Amino acid sequence: MQNRFRFYLQLGFTLLVCAFLVVPVVLSMLAGVTENFFVGLSSGLTLRWVAQVWEMYQPTIWRSLIIALACLAVTLVAGVPLAYMLARYRGGHSRLARVIEELLMMPVAVPGLATALALIMAYGQLREFRASILFILVGHVIFTLPFMVRPVLAVMQSSQLAQLEEAAASLGAGRMRRFFGIVIPNAASGILAGALMVVTLSIGEFNITWMLHTPLTQTLPVGLADAYASMRLEVGSAYTLIFFFMIIPLLIGMQWATQATRKKVSL
Amino acid sequence: MKSMISPASGAPAPLAGQPPAARPRAAGNGVWLWFAVPGLTLFCAFWLLPMVRLVGVGASGPDGAMAYLSVLTNRHYFTSLMSTLALSAVVTVATLAISVFVGLFLQRNRFPGQSVLLAMLTFPLAFPGVVVGFMVIMLAGRQGLIGAFTNWLFGESLVFAYSLAGLFLGYLYFSIPRVILTVVAAAEKLDPSLEEAARSLGAKPWQVLLHVVLPALLPALISSGAICFATSVGAFGTAFTLAANIDVLPMTIYNEFTGYANFATAASLSIVLGLITWAMLALARSLTGSGVAAAA
Repeated sequence: MQNRFRFYLQLGFTLLVCAFLVVPVVLSMLAGVTENFFVGLSSGLTLRWVAQVWEMYQPTIWRSLIIALACLAVTLVAGVPLAYMLARYRGGHSRLARVIEELLMMPVAVPGLATALALIMAYGQLREFRASILFILVGHVIFTLPFMVRPVLAVMQSSQLAQLEEAAASLGAGRMRRFFGIVIPNAASGILAGALMVVTLSIGEFNITWMLHTPLTQTLPVGLADAYASMRLEVGSAYTLIFFFMIIPLLIGMQWATQATRKKVSL
Repeated sequence: MKSMISPASGAPAPLAGQPPAARPRAAGNGVWLWFAVPGLTLFCAFWLLPMVRLVGVGASGPDGAMAYLSVLTNRHYFTSLMSTLALSAVVTVATLAISVFVGLFLQRNRFPGQSVLLAMLTFPLAFPGVVVGFMVIMLAGRQGLIGAFTNWLFGESLVFAYSLAGLFLGYLYFSIPRVILTVVAAAEKLDPSLEEAARSLGAKPWQVLLHVVLPALLPALISSGAICFATSVGAFGTAFTLAANIDVLPMTIYNEFTGYANFATAASLSIVLGLITWAMLALARSLTGSGVAAAA
């Protein structure tokens, strides 16, 4: 009897926490398709706020997607070989590799505001660079690089690359061939997990981007902040709704990929 | 690509009878460094050097390097730092308590809908700070749920989204999913026989929790608590959405930079802020002896 009671007490609290996280999401989704949120659902459902957002903020959505994909491309090209070096240099146990890993995490450990200020102080004078989306891309790449390197490195460390490569080398495969034929296929699950993470983070990145953007290089989260501050609640909600539709598939994919990776890495 | 692949371009293949110790190691090690060049170049050019420059800018104001002490000597910056640290500490403690409770419950019990619950609890994991701020407005803002509810109940609506209390709610919102994930993962690795032993020796449930479960969870709690603290200290988007006049350090830095064009102060304060968050994570890592992955 007492056990039953305790169970329901705990369940009740868990549901409360769950409601705290989920109710505002549902509310904002509803507000985005309600004629007048202050009046309530009785004022009727409408898509006009979504249409208004689409009209006003469409460029920010495309820009965010472009930046996220470019960021993915750069982190793939720079991050996967870097993870390979970290996994293999001196058998993967070198001091150098630890130092590099530590350094790579710094842009995540240090607040985005500091990273953004540093970029502005160092490169703000280069007007063309400052005004282009490349400036934002650079910030995103620095911030997301460790999220590509870490899962890839974890999978590489657990997949006996040294032996596999040695076997391939003994059959005459060169370094490049081994990298593309053995290393990359073996690290595929880590690459996938990292890629989903990089795209999700880049689409939602605000702390760095807010400082780096110009009126002509607004991204989606920057537009969101703008809409929250200056538009009516329904418009902000409709915009958030669009954002949710963009990242929810990514989040689901990410959960699935981390599970797959965890199974493979299983420590 | 194909032209690059030739048997001769790689390390020489070991002969069949050769012992593994005689592998051509020395030749290989230098080559691996080349794989790190693109990533490290980007990192140095766009983070390390700019950061060094930022440290210099921080000391370039009228006060010189003393600007780095202004966070202690200037009353405004000091209060702002203290309220940031206090808020983050309270958020961390509250998040850990809630997450241990919920995480253990979800890991210990099997019931229909449990996995859906877990998925819902971890779903806001990747919400950016601005969106979290908006969620708080949805709950406690002028047209929010809590306001409507208290209005219906007491005839007066309670609105606290645009204050420190709203910020607290926001930080709780983005911290809970992360910490719950860690707690559930750590609880899965606990050895159930230890708890059974404690119980068979007559320990009450709270004694088992205090003396067996919590000590075993401690490393996970330290590392996720450090991440929670560091993220709260550095969070900018949530405060930015809720109100420009909430006095936390990231907002102070932002206002110094954009409002007063006070570059040296903004730079030195953000270096101090970065040092605090980095030190927190490094400390947690040295305490737990494992990798504390900071999160976005």
